[in-house]
Amino acid sequence: MKHETLEKNATLLLIFSLLVVTIGGLVQIVPLFFIQNTIEKVEGMRPYSPLELAGRNVYVREGCYVCHSQMIRPFRDEVERYGHYSLAAESQFDHPFQWGSKRTGPDLARVGGKYSDEWHRQHLVNPRTVVPESIMPGYPFLAEKPLDPKGFGANLAAMNLTVNNGKGAMYSQEDIDNAEADLVAQATGENTDGLMQRYPKAVARNFDGAGQVTEMDAVIAYLQVLGTLVDFSTFKADMSR
Amino acid sequence: MAMMALWGLLALLAITMGAKAVDTPFAIHMFIFALAAILALIFKARSFGKPAADTSGYMDDVVRYGAIATVFWGIVGFLVGLVISLQLAYPAWNPDLEWFNFGRLRPLHTSAVVFAFGGNALLCTSFYVVQRTNRTRLALGNLAWFVFWGYQLFIVLAATGYLLGVTEGREYAEPEWYVDLWLTVVWVAYFLVFFGTLLQRKESHIYVANWFYLAFIVTIAMLHIVNNLSIPVSVFGSKSYSLFSGVQDALTQWWYGHNAVGFFLTAGFLGMMYYFIPKRANRPVYSYRLSIVHFWSLIFLYIWAGPHHLHYSALPDWAQTLGMVFSIMLWMPSWGGMINGLMTLSGAWDKLRTDPVLRMMVISVAFYGMSTFEGPMMSIKAVNSLSHYTDWTIGHVHSGALGWVGMISMACVYHLIPRLYGQKEVYSLRLVSWHVWLATLGIVVYAAAMWVAGIMQGLMWREYDANGFLAYSFVEAVAAMHPYYVIRAFGGALFLVGGLIMVYNLYRTIRGAQPVSQPVGMVSAAA
Repeated sequence: MKHETLEKNATLLLIFSLLVVTIGGLVQIVPLFFIQNTIEKVEGMRPYSPLELAGRNVYVREGCYVCHSQMIRPFRDEVERYGHYSLAAESQFDHPFQWGSKRTGPDLARVGGKYSDEWHRQHLVNPRTVVPESIMPGYPFLAEKPLDPKGFGANLAAMNLTVNNGKGAMYSQEDIDNAEADLVAQATGENTDGLMQRYPKAVARNFDGAGQVTEMDAVIAYLQVLGTLVDFSTFKADMSR
Repeated sequence: MAMMALWGLLALLAITMGAKAVDTPFAIHMFIFALAAILALIFKARSFGKPAADTSGYMDDVVRYGAIATVFWGIVGFLVGLVISLQLAYPAWNPDLEWFNFGRLRPLHTSAVVFAFGGNALLCTSFYVVQRTNRTRLALGNLAWFVFWGYQLFIVLAATGYLLGVTEGREYAEPEWYVDLWLTVVWVAYFLVFFGTLLQRKESHIYVANWFYLAFIVTIAMLHIVNNLSIPVSVFGSKSYSLFSGVQDALTQWWYGHNAVGFFLTAGFLGMMYYFIPKRANRPVYSYRLSIVHFWSLIFLYIWAGPHHLHYSALPDWAQTLGMVFSIMLWMPSWGGMINGLMTLSGAWDKLRTDPVLRMMVISVAFYGMSTFEGPMMSIKAVNSLSHYTDWTIGHVHSGALGWVGMISMACVYHLIPRLYGQKEVYSLRLVSWHVWLATLGIVVYAAAMWVAGIMQGLMWREYDANGFLAYSFVEAVAAMHPYYVIRAFGGALFLVGGLIMVYNLYRTIRGAQPVSQPVGMVSAAA
């Protein structure tokens, strides 16, 4: 076929262009849903608890990802600075992923448990009180914004409608029904039996030290769980991946 | 009449949705949408019963509006860019109020520049070029107006959304599900107008600029729809969760993200290059054969390059390697295009001395060549291990966005505005020359500062002392960035000043001049 044919037929030009631009995406993205070792088999990963998910939503809303990555690369310096390199399994419940593309601030993939709640609270209100050289904006308003647990189960229900790598629903009906109670329990540290059963290793306490449940509680709860779930003593890397 | 009823219904629907909204930003957005629908209704009602406008000539009013919108959004985007660069240099520029912190302003800057400034430049030049090269008026009547105003509404919804904290958290695809749906409607209309115009052409051959525009429109539709698949928590609320998670979501996003660069910021703008450089230089395109090879290899290879944004991440190695290999191959078609653009000036190089608009075009193509060399180099895994996560990437993006996209767009506006308003040339070519040099200097200062900053950052992170400990804490590298962030802001300010000179120059060009309508098939003597 002569190229002239395409230059004289807009429909053919359209069809050929569309075919040509489709191939790359099909070859690269589609197999990720089917190749078994794309997501490593690990122990300890679980979906986010309601409070952690609410905190994650605040993290996304404030655009934290434009300055903080959540993806530790397998280099000596990164592993020493931040901890074990990140696994695909660790972001399998992340809708959307927050790997980031820029480190104006440090990586946060394993920030959980590294600093106290009070450090995080002060740092979020005014970063320069704890890190004088920091250029991060302050987020004092988070401590003033109450977090209303009412209807939070809808978030879990929506998460259930996403693609979950063929593993079925992320949250059970029981999880959804108890979302409001679990959210409050984790932010107060009271009546946590059900929460601990549904979300093992969840950290439950009054994160910001203040009376009501705020967005500050949620963000700190999210930061404190990051990178803490996988049990690396049972993890074996797959070299063929 | 049917259209009036449709707008009325849309307004009612938006008001109902707004009244039932579960969060404030969604309510605000629905009322903005209702207001837009009511304005459209009033506009329709006022033109009711009036004699139909003359539709024999080219449809250039929409191009005029697009050119002015390009300039307006350009200044907005540059200004927000300067503000956030100052926030990085001096954190006190963050007011610690939720609407104006860096995390919310940065998407405002990127979207204002890419989608508002770049998008309007693409809309107006594609509408201009497709009519001239096919010797026919835009197809489907006033649908082009719907595309223009619908797109401005998208920009307003996206921009206000960022400030209100409405975001999907996906770079360059931040707008939430309902704004995405609206953009999809507008984009389909854009495709129909463009493709319809190609179908009713009076030329047997479709000119090469239109291939690039067509590929850009179609590919962006595909990328936009797939990357924004998400599940809303409530149809009356702004929040949604992306359909895919983790590693699959990451690759989908960067398949989109890199091709927002490849198709939005490259293919469409190559369409501009293929029409306006030959026009301005008054020379034919250097090589017809090269443009065929350029087109097909570019659109085929670009779509594979996404994984280079995920080197050494949890993305499987095979996908990273594929992404790297295709990114390196992409160097060749990119430079093929650059050569085709630059060599079009063969025999007309002397015009660079006398025509600053052509000079601006040539500088933009030179920056295209520079950043399409830098890009493949940075996609090599070893280089990327140093450059990724650093300000080097920011420098690379800006030599492409300011140098290539910004310069070619502004040069096209300089070319278009006088012709659309019956003037021979812009008010002052001397001021254009000032703009060219200020902008070029600004980009060079910006890029150089970011190269130094980025490489230093990368080296500090991996530096070990004699005892085998990490030499620097993270925040020491942050503190070391300060002088370069100040220099970068200065470079950005130079670029903005150039833009303001352009505003004045174009204002003086338009002032007192009347829009001219050109009959179809005629090319004005000056064009």
